[in-house]
Amino acid sequence: MAKVTMTVNGTAVSHDVPDNTLLVSFLRETLKLTGTHIGCDTSQCGACVVHVNGESIKSCTVLAAQLEGADVTTIEGIANGDELHPMQQAFHENHGLQCGFCTPGMVMSAIELVERNKNLSERDIREGLEGNICRCTGYHNIVKSVQAAAEKMGG
Amino acid sequence: MPEGTVNNGIGASVRRKEDKRFLTGSGRYTDDINRAGQLYAYFVRANVAHATIKSVKTDKAAKMDGVVAVYTGEDVANDGVGGLINGWAVTNRDGSAMTEPPHPILAKDKVRYVGDHVAMIVAESAAQAMSAAEAVEVAYDQLPPVVDLASAASGAEIHDGMANNTYFDWELGDEAATAAALESAATVVNLTVRNNRLIPNPMEPRAAVVDYDPIADSYVLHSTTQNPHLLRLVICAFVLGIPESKMQVIAPDVGGGFGSKIYLYAEEACCTWASKKLRRPIKWTADRTQAFLSDAHGRDHINKVQMALDSNNRIIGLRVDTLANLGGYLSAFAVATPTYLHGTLLSGCYDIPAIYTNVKGMATTTAPVDAYRGAGRPEATYLLERTMDAAARQVGMDPAEFRRLNFIPKDAFPYQTAVALQYDIGDYEPLLDKALEMIDYKGFAGRRAESRKQGKYRGIGLSSYIEACGIAPSAVVGALGGRVGLYESAVVRVDPTGTISVFTGTHSHGQGHDTTFAQLVTERLGVPIERVEIVHGDTNRIQFGMGSYGSRSLAVGGTAISKAIDKVIAKGRIIAAHMLEADDADVEFKDGKFTVAGTDKEKSFGEIALSAYVPHNFPHDRLEPGLEETAFYDPLNFTYPAGTHIAEVEVDPATGVVEVVDWACCDDFGNLINPMIVHGQVHGGIGQGVGQALLENAHYDDNGQLLTASYMDYCMPRADDLPSMQVDCLVTACTHNDLGVKGCGEAGAIASPPALINAVIDALTPFGVTDLSMPATPEKVWRAIQDAQAKAAE
Repeated sequence: MAKVTMTVNGTAVSHDVPDNTLLVSFLRETLKLTGTHIGCDTSQCGACVVHVNGESIKSCTVLAAQLEGADVTTIEGIANGDELHPMQQAFHENHGLQCGFCTPGMVMSAIELVERNKNLSERDIREGLEGNICRCTGYHNIVKSVQAAAEKMGG
Repeated sequence: MPEGTVNNGIGASVRRKEDKRFLTGSGRYTDDINRAGQLYAYFVRANVAHATIKSVKTDKAAKMDGVVAVYTGEDVANDGVGGLINGWAVTNRDGSAMTEPPHPILAKDKVRYVGDHVAMIVAESAAQAMSAAEAVEVAYDQLPPVVDLASAASGAEIHDGMANNTYFDWELGDEAATAAALESAATVVNLTVRNNRLIPNPMEPRAAVVDYDPIADSYVLHSTTQNPHLLRLVICAFVLGIPESKMQVIAPDVGGGFGSKIYLYAEEACCTWASKKLRRPIKWTADRTQAFLSDAHGRDHINKVQMALDSNNRIIGLRVDTLANLGGYLSAFAVATPTYLHGTLLSGCYDIPAIYTNVKGMATTTAPVDAYRGAGRPEATYLLERTMDAAARQVGMDPAEFRRLNFIPKDAFPYQTAVALQYDIGDYEPLLDKALEMIDYKGFAGRRAESRKQGKYRGIGLSSYIEACGIAPSAVVGALGGRVGLYESAVVRVDPTGTISVFTGTHSHGQGHDTTFAQLVTERLGVPIERVEIVHGDTNRIQFGMGSYGSRSLAVGGTAISKAIDKVIAKGRIIAAHMLEADDADVEFKDGKFTVAGTDKEKSFGEIALSAYVPHNFPHDRLEPGLEETAFYDPLNFTYPAGTHIAEVEVDPATGVVEVVDWACCDDFGNLINPMIVHGQVHGGIGQGVGQALLENAHYDDNGQLLTASYMDYCMPRADDLPSMQVDCLVTACTHNDLGVKGCGEAGAIASPPALINAVIDALTPFGVTDLSMPATPEKVWRAIQDAQAKAAE
């Protein structure tokens, strides 16, 4: 067992978990933050993307115990109360989601993509989201959503 | 709509009511659900494709930490558990019954594909269950695998006594008339195509959480299903022998289905059975590799096509001989896909006087194959639209003009095809013309020349499709082999304060029913959309339903809602007449108000709702209290969406990489309730079609091992594989449902693969390439170019 202490969505948490606990399991099972999803077992699909110290990572590829003292943000932590994050709002306005399963990871990846580069071309967005698989939308409206959010977030 | 209100009714692109929970991480999927004291299941799966089971030794596993039970096929058989069912039976062309071999939930004597269920571990944690699975020792006597579809008939016998590994040998159409047409034809076009095997891959893997209550002797099963009531029916009536009243099936948020979540699978049945034995809740969640191994796969046909043209290039006959790979067992609707949803669609949108098809449903030692988005219709469209291009090339016609020449003319509807269906309405030329205009077909030659200057080969490809959707009607379904009727039900419940709950038997797993159905209610009753709730996915809350697949939710389920609304309005008129002291016949309902013709007397919908529940002086002989109505709707016919999709590609001859540079489509889905959602469905369908045509392929090696069992090996379309898409719609309203709607969920996946392959072949025409199979991977394209060049040099 390892004692893991970190900040998740602004709240300090500390739990004893088995050494091999992945961050995604720590979030979903220990903290009951089930917005972060598991869509594969090879770190390909991106449904589990969260932010660790401001960078997007696949939470299925890192052990909770490696993140002692880290600042973790999940999909549950990006809205400001009832006010959606501009990326969440843009996905809503542009129908960038259907079944919603890939959505948390897609939104978290897209936020970091835009934060790194506010002048994204369509090709940049498509390549930047290469690590997130969506089976429903054909990505068309996801790309539109990210373009719309980038305008808001850049302004 | 009442004046001054926001238009959230029919035709408005209302932003989805369900989005917020998904965007904030508040969605509730099956794997998010836990029950106190739950155990975890893990399945030991066959690691060989075809073998008799000599022994299954479980003692080591049973003693491992945390293991509560290990069950084998012997255990379920001893308990009298039934097998999984075949939901569709066709008759062989010699008049005999098809073969329906047993499909046990845990294999007992034999395994028939890699991934077949051999034993079930139940443990205190998921990790313990998984570890214990490693300790189960299964001894096999291996038998020859049967992997190749073309030679499956002569392979080792997979099911005892089933000759030639053939589940059925079915036919439709007029063989003699078709032979005569081929005989007299000025041109015969021959083409054999392979529809590649796909794995559906909804992003949420299948999962189940079942909780048995020993006091009530009842169950609550949370499942990732597309149709909770059908699941309940099958598991109760056919597998476990449980009274349906003792079983609640809940399909909470479901992360995509695409057909693969229609059926009851072995895992849910095993968990339900074991939950009663152990008197503990049990949870099972597939990892992605288990999903690849055991979700029902899709497509996998070989189609041999012969098309007859007369001297005017009019199609006069079509013969299609199909081998459909159905895998090691019959999945529930596996038989329907290549027959009722495929053979009946072979006329496409063309006037073809004589058609004949023979379909052989074959067993192989691979995973069961069943419906995947489009289900049979993509296979029919692919073979037909590839043949249309081959024919146009053979007779030297422009492919658009060859299609136009052969379209069913718009004054020919209702049109009886030579393969059982009667199309109620359609108008195909404007769809073609619009798509041609959107892609700038006339300017293509210029763009092709420009690409050549850059060293690229540009191609354009068309696909004019038709599909039959709104899966129903019961009479047709029954006549063609279905063991269920495919109607839909709805309850519209008006509360005393005028809020409305709609209980629908369809199920939304991405399609946006919460919004579309609410728009329908808003439009009809004039109630703000915020005051309408759509309830689905729970057998204890919803009367009955057939679930969602086959683009049926709006055409069948939406019409059921509309019929229930009719009844609410009819009763509301009687209440209003009573309150306003008028004749029932004089009361009208419009813009959310009941009015008496020729007077200024009126009652709002809210007043009527309240009065229905506080009925101080209702006339007992003709008016009951309450305002809640039920409708069961069984349609008269399928609906027939159609359209033209056009793909434009650029091929890099040095690498074989195909880039999709443009996409234009114009579809006729009948009336649209929410165009934004409709366009989204088209985008998603095209995404899956491009995946099939360029990237995806389920590959078994000669030993029957699935080599594409993870996202490392099975190529899913990603954002940078797909183009931006131009999507538009024209409308001919369906003639036989109240809403004039047709359905849009599958069209993209049906139309797009042949458009894309036709475009790639067009691009490679300068090299002499005339055929290419899916997926058109860079290697395959590059080799096609090399081979064509080598042949030309000979």
